[in-house]
This record gives sequence, C-alpha cells and structure tokens, in this order.
Amino acid sequence: MSKFKNKKDDALPAVNTASLPDIVFMLLFFFMVVTVMREDTLLIENKLPLADQVEKLEKKYPISYIYAGKPTKAFEDRYGKEARLQLNDKFAEISEIESFINSERLSIREELRDFLTVSLKVDSEANMGIVSDIKQELREVNALKINYATGSGSALDN
Amino acid sequence: MAKRSAPEVNAGSMADIAFLLLIFFLVTTTIPKDSGINRKLPPIEENDEDVIIKQKNIFTVLINGKDQLLVEDELMELEDLRAAAIEFLDNGGDGSCDYCNGKKDAASSDNPDKAIISLKNERETSYKTYISVQNELVAAYNELRNRRALLIGARKGFPDMDFVKMEKNFKDAKFVGNKDKLKEVIDQIRNEYPEKLSEVYTK
Repeated sequence: MSKFKNKKDDALPAVNTASLPDIVFMLLFFFMVVTVMREDTLLIENKLPLADQVEKLEKKYPISYIYAGKPTKAFEDRYGKEARLQLNDKFAEISEIESFINSERLSIREELRDFLTVSLKVDSEANMGIVSDIKQELREVNALKINYATGSGSALDN
Repeated sequence: MAKRSAPEVNAGSMADIAFLLLIFFLVTTTIPKDSGINRKLPPIEENDEDVIIKQKNIFTVLINGKDQLLVEDELMELEDLRAAAIEFLDNGGDGSCDYCNGKKDAASSDNPDKAIISLKNERETSYKTYISVQNELVAAYNELRNRRALLIGARKGFPDMDFVKMEKNFKDAKFVGNKDKLKEVIDQIRNEYPEKLSEVYTK
C-alpha cells in the first residue's frame, strides 16, 4: 500500500463541468430580469406600420395601450372582418374608451395622471375611420398625449 | 456512536433544471420596443372663433380613400412629399425669416412661424398610408431643425449635433455638458421652426 500511486492514465481527462450550473444560472437570471411578459393577449391582428422618425416612449411616465385591427382567425366568424377595438383583454366599442381611460387614470399615482400617454397600436391594414373615432373619443376625455406605435423601417415601404 | 454526516444531495441534475428554466425564459422573452410618433391632440374648445389664415400659409395634404396623396390640389407621390413640405416651410416669403433658405416666393408661406400644414384624410384611408404621411411631415420638420441645429450648435458649443441628437442628449442622464445651454438651443430651434400641423377630424 503505497501512498504514491503510480498514475499512468493514458485517457484524456474529462472536462470539469462543475461550473456549468453557475454559468447557466447566470444566463437564467439575466433572462429572468429582462423578460417582460406580454400584458395583453391580442385578439386582433397587429402588424404595426413602419416609420423612421420615431421617438422612444418613456417608461417613467404611465402608458395605456389601445389596440385596433382585424379580429384574428379564431374570432372572425363572431366579430367579422372589419377592424375592431381591443381594450385590455377584450373587444370593445368606441364608447368604452371613456371608462377605460378613467379607470387607467385611477390606477396611477395622482401626480403622474397628467402625463398619461396613450399608445395607439393599430394594425397597418386598418382604415382611418376607426382611428379618427378613437382620437375624437380621447379628445373628449382629455387624454391628449398620444403615440402612434410603429415598427422601425422606412415609411416608404409601407 | 460515531457521528454520521448527512448524505450529500446529488446536484448533478441542477444544470438540467437550470437549462430548462433558461430555455423557457429565452423563448418567452420579448424585448419590448415601445417607439412611435408622438402627437398631441388639440383640446376640445367651446368657442369656435374662426382664425383667419391666409390661404398661402396653408399647405393642404389630403389622403383620399384610395390612399392617393393630394398636395395643394395636385396629385403627388409619397417620395416627393418631404421635399415639398420643406420647400413650403422654408420659403420665407415676407423676408422676416433671416435663417430660411427658401425661394422667398411671395405666393407661398410667409415664414415658418405662420406656415401651417393641414392634414386631411378620409375614413377609408388606410392607417399605414396615414402613418407614412405623418412620418414624412415629421421628417420635413426634423430635417429643417437638424440643419439649423448644426449651424447654431457649432456656435454655442455643441458641434456636430443635429436636433434629434440634441433632444436625445437632453433626455440622457449620462450626458456630460451644459444642459441648460442645450435646452436654450433646443427651444430656440423649436421657436424658429414650430411644428404646426393641424388635422381635420373626419366624421
């Protein structure tokens, strides 16, 4: 029984994978932190138009989203093929914008209420009729800061 | 009795579990891209006082239901809209605008402060065309402002910075430089080329 065993291993030593979990955990934490879960499930088609003179929406101010577009295939037979409005998780009528904005205002801190921006996420195939109606309704509830959400790209390609 | 040490938990599968979670988050991650064209809607006013604006100071853009562009009662392609808008805004017909580079045509707008772009659309107009037109009009203003910013900025100590970049720097907390001075320059340019875009509500 000798203490110094004569090691004569010819095989390649295996790579030490002990730190693999650490690396994976690091990546995992990164993605966990940056992940933003989608707030609303879309019931409509929502392909945003392109524009290149865009400004970033500042997250420090409250933002409300209004979606509009053609209902997706699953809802086509129930809601038709015309562009519809979606507030939160369900289809809505134009007249419901007022109560929607009011409830959004109630849910944010008082000092930020005046900074509420309404982001209009409208499908590029929708027509202006519905957009005009939304805008008029927003004027009536005095939510005047709006933002037309767009993808980035040349506007001439639309 | 001999002290027995607690058996070690086998951590070999930890990597697998972590991988599983990692892949889940990889798949569900959507990097949010919240950007777009900011606009301010006009408030509803009770008094309907008619402000008299000279016809030559209004640049009418009409998008019809077939997505055709009618600029000053003439058909125009979208590609030409930006140049036409710049020419109109930068005209400086009454000579009061010493920074304008336009033709000083008496039949076109007096100065950038008086020049108004009026945008009208029909209900059948498609949203993407509307956004394209909005984009081109914003681009026209931005181009004029950028040109001005490069000129003024060089004198005021902000060289090689166009207007868009100035605004970005102003909002950027990490910007090193005199923000008060930058704000002054931005406000000056905003006053020189104010964004006057009026939209007609189509019932």
